[in-house]
Amino acid sequence: MDAILVIAEAQDGQAPIAESTLKTLAVARKIGAGPVDLAWFGAGLDRLPEPAGTLNGIRKHWVFDDPRLVHPPASLVSRLIGSRAREYSHLLMPGTSFGRDLLPRLAGLLGAPLVSDVLEVLGPRRFKRGIYAGNIHTVVRVPDGVPVLLTVRLASWRPIVVEEGPAPAPVEKIAVPGTIPVDARFVGLEVDQSARPDLQSARRVVSGGRSLGSRENFALLEKLADRLNAAIGASRAAVDAGYAPNDLQVGQTGKIIAPELYLAFGISGAIQHLTGIRDAGTIVAVNKDPEAPIFKVADLGLVGDLFAVIPDLLAELDRQGIGR
Amino acid sequence: MNPIKILVAAKRVVDYNVRVRLKPDHSGIATDGVKMGVNPFDEIALEEALRIRERGEASEVVVATVGPHEAESQIRSLLAMGADRAIHIETTRETGPLEVAHVLYHLVQEIEPGLVILGKQAIDDDCGQVGPMLAALWGRPQATFVSKLTLEGGRAQAVREVDHGLETVEVDLPAVITTDLRLNTPRFIKMPDIMKARQKPLDRRPFENCGIDLPRLEVEAYLPPPERVAGLRVESVSELVTRLRDRGVL
Ligand SMILES: Cc1cc2nc3c(=O)[nH]c(=O)nc-3n(C[C@H](O)[C@H](O)[C@H](O)COP(=O)(O)OP(=O)(O)OC[C@H]3O[C@@H](n4cnc5c(N)ncnc54)[C@H](O)[C@@H]3O)c2cc1C
Ligand SMILES: Cc1cc2nc3c(=O)[nH]c(=O)nc-3n(C[C@H](O)[C@H](O)[C@H](O)COP(=O)(O)OP(=O)(O)OC[C@H]3O[C@@H](n4cnc5c(N)ncnc54)[C@H](O)[C@@H]3O)c2cc1C
Repeated sequence: MDAILVIAEAQDGQAPIAESTLKTLAVARKIGAGPVDLAWFGAGLDRLPEPAGTLNGIRKHWVFDDPRLVHPPASLVSRLIGSRAREYSHLLMPGTSFGRDLLPRLAGLLGAPLVSDVLEVLGPRRFKRGIYAGNIHTVVRVPDGVPVLLTVRLASWRPIVVEEGPAPAPVEKIAVPGTIPVDARFVGLEVDQSARPDLQSARRVVSGGRSLGSRENFALLEKLADRLNAAIGASRAAVDAGYAPNDLQVGQTGKIIAPELYLAFGISGAIQHLTGIRDAGTIVAVNKDPEAPIFKVADLGLVGDLFAVIPDLLAELDRQGIGR
Repeated sequence: MNPIKILVAAKRVVDYNVRVRLKPDHSGIATDGVKMGVNPFDEIALEEALRIRERGEASEVVVATVGPHEAESQIRSLLAMGADRAIHIETTRETGPLEVAHVLYHLVQEIEPGLVILGKQAIDDDCGQVGPMLAALWGRPQATFVSKLTLEGGRAQAVREVDHGLETVEVDLPAVITTDLRLNTPRFIKMPDIMKARQKPLDRRPFENCGIDLPRLEVEAYLPPPERVAGLRVESVSELVTRLRDRGVL
């Protein structure tokens, strides 16, 4: 029988359910092949993130809650899932660093191919995904006789609308055996302590490139971002130069995002960068070079020096009474 | 810690500067006459392996490629960079990640490395699968998207570039590592090394001898993505703000 297992983004029960999990549930719905179960791995899951417990359309929650599962290592999780995965026709994960680490490992265990970064569902076994940094799309089919494994390209999907089901789905807690071999351990996480919206889900993003020239100058963008309640993004060149932390990199090898508004300051528009913003609503480019490739994809382009444009923009927002 | 062996997996791909196009009949990618290179992440993988060897923590660095006969030119450049020897699993087949992982697993059983280092993704198919798949087959831990790596006492400590920052993990060796861009900057190849590389051992084996035929995704169609078209040039900041308001995004 067909059934779908969605492995939720790793989190504890304190924070609300991750948007990436809700997006993965949207993909599960689109596939529509039988009941949907949710599996949770983490520490501090004595209660599920709100409102997972009452979510409509979930048959069952599997909960693996153990201190060894804080930032769960893929080798441990795949051991826990083990052969149970074979009970499902479909295994889905968000295309987060958790999903991209874990699901290929499960695919290896199950001997099944994996469809990475699904951008469209065309049928229970047919999907659209990008190759060559999104410059080409392919339609792929998972052969019969193996389960369908896929990660979700988050920028292509909207979260499901949260609705309460007729009754909460049963929650089954599974103890992690003390004997399970632990060959990978979480040591620490260094997070950027900003109060700004998360880059992956922000409605607006203000982004800067190499031309900012220093970490101090990069702070200019922060002023604008705070004003617009925007997240900050960066090109690889800006991250490599140390102006911005790695988790702010936008592009083929960074984050792929789809904000309503993307403001790019002093970013040339290399294909690897453009891959990351293809699905943005409105792209604004500010660049002093009128020939910069970013203008080929920008909805609104302004040729100018960013060091003059940003203060002007802040003043203009003041004048028009925006963002106060 | 005794010096370990390191296996590096490297893929021949279309050079990252090339803007790839579809064949006119949309039957695939136009690769004829297109410049090819080593997947940039795999050069980083090799660089890291070489640095570990140069610190005296590894005794040998072996490079493996699954790919067509022409991949020899990429293999030679990896040998010129400093790999000790190479294994070329030759095939014209479009191998899937699972098949490549199985080939590597065969090699792992033969070489018994302490580390296998791969790229976090190949820039052509952008799958990002082979490393964790290999780790699964081998039953060993993995550290993916690594931007810093140190070895000590039979363990590796790795800093991973994850969604919310930098995560540090510790894995027991042997282990599988996949590289992120900021792990290192690969060295340039010097002319004399290119000459020397010609003498280094290159072991060619037909893919067909591995007896691997695993489920692969079937590509039904190649499509051009929806294009974004250039919009409007605005003349001033105030025009910009007005237009953004008109679009309802401010
Ligand atoms: C949706 C779902 C529902 C589940 N429901 C239940 C349930 O109701 N009850 C339950 O008990 N479990 C449940 N599990 C957990 C899972 O089925 C078990 O943990 C399973 O026993 C793992 O072993 P395996 O034989 O399936 O793994 P395999 O893939 O066969 O084993 C992989 C390797 O992991 C190692 N390993 C695995 N388990 C252990 C261990 N305990 N000690 C030491 N080494 C080990 C061994 O090296 C083994 O070779 C569930 C999992 C999922 C995903
Ligand atoms: C394997 C691989 C993966 C990659 N992945 C990514 C990725 O994920 N994301 C990514 O971004 N890049 C990625 N890159 C790098 C990419 O190719 C480019 O090198 C990078 O995006 C360039 O960054 P940039 O636009 O900030 O810098 P540059 O290309 O140097 O552009 C700077 C721009 O600023 C403009 N400028 C300068 N001064 C001013 C000023 N005062 N005011 C206004 N404009 C000014 C210039 O005209 C120029 O257009 C990758 C590359 C490789 C090989």
